[in-house]
Parts: sequence; C-alpha cells; structure tokens
Amino acid sequence: MTAATELRPSAGQRLAGLARTLISPRGAVFLLLVLLLVAIAVLNPSFAEPSQFIRFIQRVAPVAIVAIGQYFVIVGGEFDLSMGSVVTAQVVIAGNLIGQDESKALPVLALMLGFGAVIGLVNGLIVSFLKVPSFIVTLGMMLALLGAVLYWTGGAATGNPADGFREIGRGGIRGIPVIDILPWSVVILVVVLALAVWFARRPFGRTIIALGDNPTTARFSGTRSWWVKTSTFMISSLSATVAGVLLVGYAGVHPSVGRGYEFTAITAVVLGGVVLGGGRGWVVAAAAGAFALEALFTLLNFAGVPSTYRDAVQGAIIILAVAYSATTFRARRRGRALEAPVVPPPGAPPPAAAPETSPASGAKTDDSPETPATPAPIPSTQRADNETKGGS
Amino acid sequence: MRRRFTVASAMVGAVALMTLAGCTTDPSVTDSSEAPESSEEASVEWFDQALFDKQNAERTVVPEGPDGQPWLQTINAELVDTAQFASTGPKKACFANASISNPWRQTGWITMNQQLKVLQDAGVISEMETRDAQDSDDTQIADIDYFIDEGNCDIFLISPNSTAAMTPAVERACDTGKPVVVFDRGVQTDCPVTFIHPIGGFAWGIDTAEFLIDNLEKGDKVVALRILPGVDVLEQRWAAAEKLFDEAGIEAVDYFTGADPAEIKKIISDELAKGDVKGIWMDAGDGAVAAIEAFEDAGADYPVMTGEDEMSFLRKWKETGLTGLAPVYSNFQWRTPLLAAQKIFAGEQVPVEWVLPQSPITAEEVDQYLALNEGMPDGHYAKFGGEDLPGYPQVWEDRVIP
Repeated sequence: MTAATELRPSAGQRLAGLARTLISPRGAVFLLLVLLLVAIAVLNPSFAEPSQFIRFIQRVAPVAIVAIGQYFVIVGGEFDLSMGSVVTAQVVIAGNLIGQDESKALPVLALMLGFGAVIGLVNGLIVSFLKVPSFIVTLGMMLALLGAVLYWTGGAATGNPADGFREIGRGGIRGIPVIDILPWSVVILVVVLALAVWFARRPFGRTIIALGDNPTTARFSGTRSWWVKTSTFMISSLSATVAGVLLVGYAGVHPSVGRGYEFTAITAVVLGGVVLGGGRGWVVAAAAGAFALEALFTLLNFAGVPSTYRDAVQGAIIILAVAYSATTFRARRRGRALEAPVVPPPGAPPPAAAPETSPASGAKTDDSPETPATPAPIPSTQRADNETKGGS
Repeated sequence: MRRRFTVASAMVGAVALMTLAGCTTDPSVTDSSEAPESSEEASVEWFDQALFDKQNAERTVVPEGPDGQPWLQTINAELVDTAQFASTGPKKACFANASISNPWRQTGWITMNQQLKVLQDAGVISEMETRDAQDSDDTQIADIDYFIDEGNCDIFLISPNSTAAMTPAVERACDTGKPVVVFDRGVQTDCPVTFIHPIGGFAWGIDTAEFLIDNLEKGDKVVALRILPGVDVLEQRWAAAEKLFDEAGIEAVDYFTGADPAEIKKIISDELAKGDVKGIWMDAGDGAVAAIEAFEDAGADYPVMTGEDEMSFLRKWKETGLTGLAPVYSNFQWRTPLLAAQKIFAGEQVPVEWVLPQSPITAEEVDQYLALNEGMPDGHYAKFGGEDLPGYPQVWEDRVIP
C-alpha cells in the first residue's frame, strides 16, 4: 500500500506500515511475544523486574537454542526429530561420565560435542545418500538414542555432575546492577543467536535457504547439496548439545530432561513464521517463537488456568497462531504470484477497505501489494515463489 | 516434490501439536484455591475414608515380627493357612515386574536379586524368571499370560503396573492353583495368597501433611509436586495430604511434574515470582534437589519440605539445614515376596494382607541414615533394608541394574 494507492500523510502511513509489519507473519511472533509478556506483567508485576526477567530468559535459553538449530534444518527443507533425545543423551552422558570429578569436565564436554556432531553427520549422510526422508531418519535416531539411554540408566535418574560443570547452566556473573545476575545461559544464548544471524547471512547460510526453497535450482547453481544438508543436521545436533549442557546445569540429570524438545522447537520455528518445507524464514523470529511459547506456558501458569482445560487452551492458541501465520503467508504468496489481477479468490473483496478488526483477513488483502516494499530480513536472493518448486 | 512437503508438513504439524499438548501437561495445575469444584471431585475420586482411618490407625501400631528385620514384620496380620502349597525341593519363581523406571524400583530390584541369591543358596528357589513390563499394562498382561502358559512356574510374584487393569490377569494366575504373591501396588481381588505392601499412601499423606501443618502458619502456601496422576499409591498420598491441608487452612497448589527437574524448577520459579512459598510437599523424592535449587537460585528462604528417603534428598537436606521430613515408602518390601514364597512352600502361615511398617525419617534420624549409607549413590534409598545380604555394600554402591 504505497503512495500509489493512498495519499495520506506520511506519519499515519508509517504507523500503518509498522502495524502491517507487526501483523505480517514475520512480525506476528514479536507482536504475540510482546502481548504475552505484557499480559504476564499485568497479572504479576514482579515478572517485569529486570532480575526476574533475566531469569525468564535463562529458563528459555535451552529451548531457544534448540529452536535456532531446528531453524537451519527446517529452512533447508528437512526436519530433525532427534533433537530432544540428543539433549537427553547428552544430559545422561554428562551425569554419568563427569560424576563428581571436576577435572573430567573439559574432556567430557569435548566428547559431548563430538558425539553431537557425529549424530548430525549420520542423520545428514543417511538423508543425503540413502535418500531416506529426514522425518524417518531422525525419528529412528530419536528412538535409537532413547533406547540407548533407557538401557544405560534403566529409565531413572542418576547423580548430578560436579557443581563446576553445572555452573554453566545454573550460575552467572553476579553482582551486576539492575539485573543482579547475568546467567551464563543468557550469554551463551546471545552468542549462539549472533552466530546464527551471522551464519545465515554468509553465502553458506544463503545456500541453505536456497536449497530449501528450490533444490533443483540450487543443484544447477553448483551447490554441493549433500554437504549443505548434512551441515544443517550437524548444526542442529550441536545446538541440542549446547542445550543439553545448559539443562544439566539448570535442572540436573534425569532421563525425562529434553523430552518433547524437538516438537517444542518445531512449533517455535513455525510460530516464528518459518515455512515447513524450507526456503523461508528468519532465525531471530524462530528464537522469538521459542520465547513466545514459553511465555504462553508461564502466562497460563500465572493465570491459574485449571488443569482440566489448560491443555485445550494451549493447543488452541498454538493452532491459531500457526494457522494465522500460514494463511497470511499463503495469501502473500498468491498475491505475489498473480500480481494484481485476480485477488478475490483468497478471501474478502479487496477494495472493501479490509475490516481491520480481523487481523487475518486484513493481512491478506493489505499484505499482498505491500510485499515488495518489505524486503524480508532474510537475505535470500531468490525470494520469488514456491509455486515453481518441483522438478523431482 | 511439493506435495511431499505438504504431506510431511501436515504430519509434523499434527504430531508436534499432539506431543506438545502431551508434554505440556506436565505443569498442569489443579489450583485448589481457585478451582474448588474440580479439585473436590478429584479428591473425592481417590479419597477413601475407611482406608484413610485404617492406615491412620496402623501408623501407631507396633509391628509384630523379628526385631531389626522390618521386611518380615507385620501389622495387624490376619494369618492364612498355606499347608496345601507345602512342598520340598527348589522351586521356580516367575516375577512379573511393572518396571524399573524410577530409582525407588531400581533400588528394590537390586535388593530383591541379592535376596534371591540367599534363597538359591538355601535351595528354596531354583531360579527366578523375570519379565519387565516397562510401565505398560498391556505388556504386563502378556507377561503374566506367558508365565501361565509357558513359564513352568511354581509361584507367581507380581508387582502390578496398575490396579484395575491387572486384576483379570492376576485372577487367571490364581486359577492355575499355584500360589500368587502380589506386592507394592494392589489389585481388586483377594485371590492371591498374600498381598505385601507398606502401610500405604494415606499414611504417607498424613505423616507429611501433619509435619507441614505443624511447621507452617495458617494461610501459608505449599506447592505440591506430584509425579503423575492415576497411580493409586501416589493419588492416595495426595488425597490424604490435600484433605488435611484444606482442614488446616494451608493453601496448597499441586502440579504434575513427571519428575522432570527442568519442569520442577520452572514451576517453583513461577510460584516464587507469584509470591512466598513456605512449604514444598512431594509425592516422591525424585526431583527434590531441583526443587531446593530453585529456591537457592531465586535467593528465597528454604521452604519447609517433605521429600523421600532417597539419598539425594537426605544429602541436600543435611547440606542446606532446611526443616524437612523424609517420608518412607518402605523399599525393603522388595525382599518380602521371596521370603513369603519360602514360607508358603514350607507350609507356614502368612498374612492375607501383609502390611509392612512404614515410618518417616525425621530430623533426629537423618544423620544416622546418612552415615549408614555413606558410599551409596544419589538414587539409593536409605531404608532399603539389605544390610545383612551378601554383596553389601558394594552391590548397592555400584548400582549395576541386574
């Protein structure tokens, strides 16, 4: 909705532009996150205190890091269902191998990173060369790892590793004004996020997105797709390893730690507007998706929603959020593909000044012409359309 | 290509939502203060006044039986004749175990295996064939039927996975005419020769709730951390405690944690952010350390707390000096089924309902139990009752699951 269609003062236009960005799929997650955080703060003002809020970030850090790892796999067009069990396996490895001997912390940490990389490598190679769908490969890996953990521990908790090792997930830099403590988890999350943003902007990161968007063109442009794909799986396993190290510190050793993380991560990524099937999405939005999910759980906690319908509330909110982001994306894609002429099919008649009360339909009509004006934060060169995807 | 993605996306989406909904049940709340109707219903379902009164009375009964061997002691025993089972020679025992998926069951399982060695050396038991149902009713029913059809068993030992679902299978085992011994969780039939269990969940709930009520003021808040719903021994603990908290005007909020320490920490952090938490009540000690650490991390005062006789809790209790109580669901009961088998084959009388003593570890006793179990791993249970068995203490210290 640029100057061509409207001739209003630029201030209002800018505001409208901001509003549009916020209701666009990529912005929606941030809007949702802000709404949830405000709601929590209203219910419980102490949550907004910096010292409390930094604890919230500390708690979300492992999930957010797992979501960042999952982002690279999903944007590359695959899934990694083995992340949760990698977390569990790493937690159990740390607990059993380090024990109370702090001098073993570094060697075992190196072993854990090596183990994570190998899991990712195996996943990636099987997907690339044996042509098994990643959904199945990583599902198998998940079961294999869980089985190994069950065999090793019998399914019960073992002792926690040395306190020095747990400090990574539990401790932080103390005595800082305002926030009181800067947890190491938060530092690690910031570093991981910065690395991920930097990496996504690098040619290699762009290649991952290109591969997810259109494998055929990626192949013709000379991408070694097996290596790109394998490296995304290695990134995700390594991020699960980092999350495992943080969780050992934060919580301790138990075979239930990490359970369901793969699905939490996938939901977070989708909530962040990343398209399942690959080719579209922003890593920061994926991390924001993880924060929004955890904020939702916390909100229901603070609101005292009775257990009887708490799951239903959670599920409904997640479905609505994901559906919203999916429909706006589809509308946008169609609008772009068909340019101006035949807009009506997707929804309401477009000239009818889009009922702004309904964000979904509003976004549908408003968004389409606006797309070119909002260059996605994704530095993808070929943003065109998924409609051309195919060929194999 | 595109269709493949759409289908896969739909699959992942569906599975993700299902799992997410499932895994996020963990922090579910049954807020007794804000949803009185629903929690009333829940407690009515599990609360059984007659059983509550029975167990409440049994708490003060002095058990009969050999001193220093609580696994052979009985409370209010009603003996039954077993002469028809009397037989000489080594017998084959078949053990249908619910699972070894928590530290309590693992400790008991180790102890049971050491007891088995003693009885094998004594020529009472030839071998024990064990099937682990891994927490599944279906698997355990199949296990029991396998034993009946092909096990060539002389005696059935059954630790049921759940009460109602296992009843028909236990009845089928009884129908073979061979002796059946049930222990830990119960079944809804009196066909087994003996049902071995500690006093029970209501006694646990009374011990713990009374301790917290004594140490807290009216209106104080207690967070109850529960492992999972639907298991009678656990539900009864909470049913008793909830009733007493209610009567004493203690504000109690309960959560299901799945014993996941990350979940426990989240719950406690949120509760501490909402306001003061004065007490922690647990229906099992697994995860107690995470709960205490949440208070440390938040810089809050230690709560008055009831955990369990798991070493990790006893050690943390001692280290922090908090006001605590370690209720006990007597782990030594894992020895009793094999000893009952010995009595049954000797034709000696056994109690129809073999109620074992169950008394909490108090602040005065904690040092003694810490010293007794000094080299034991964190997942070990202080009242495991295997001090006179071969392999003590090495077998429990190594904690290799048989």
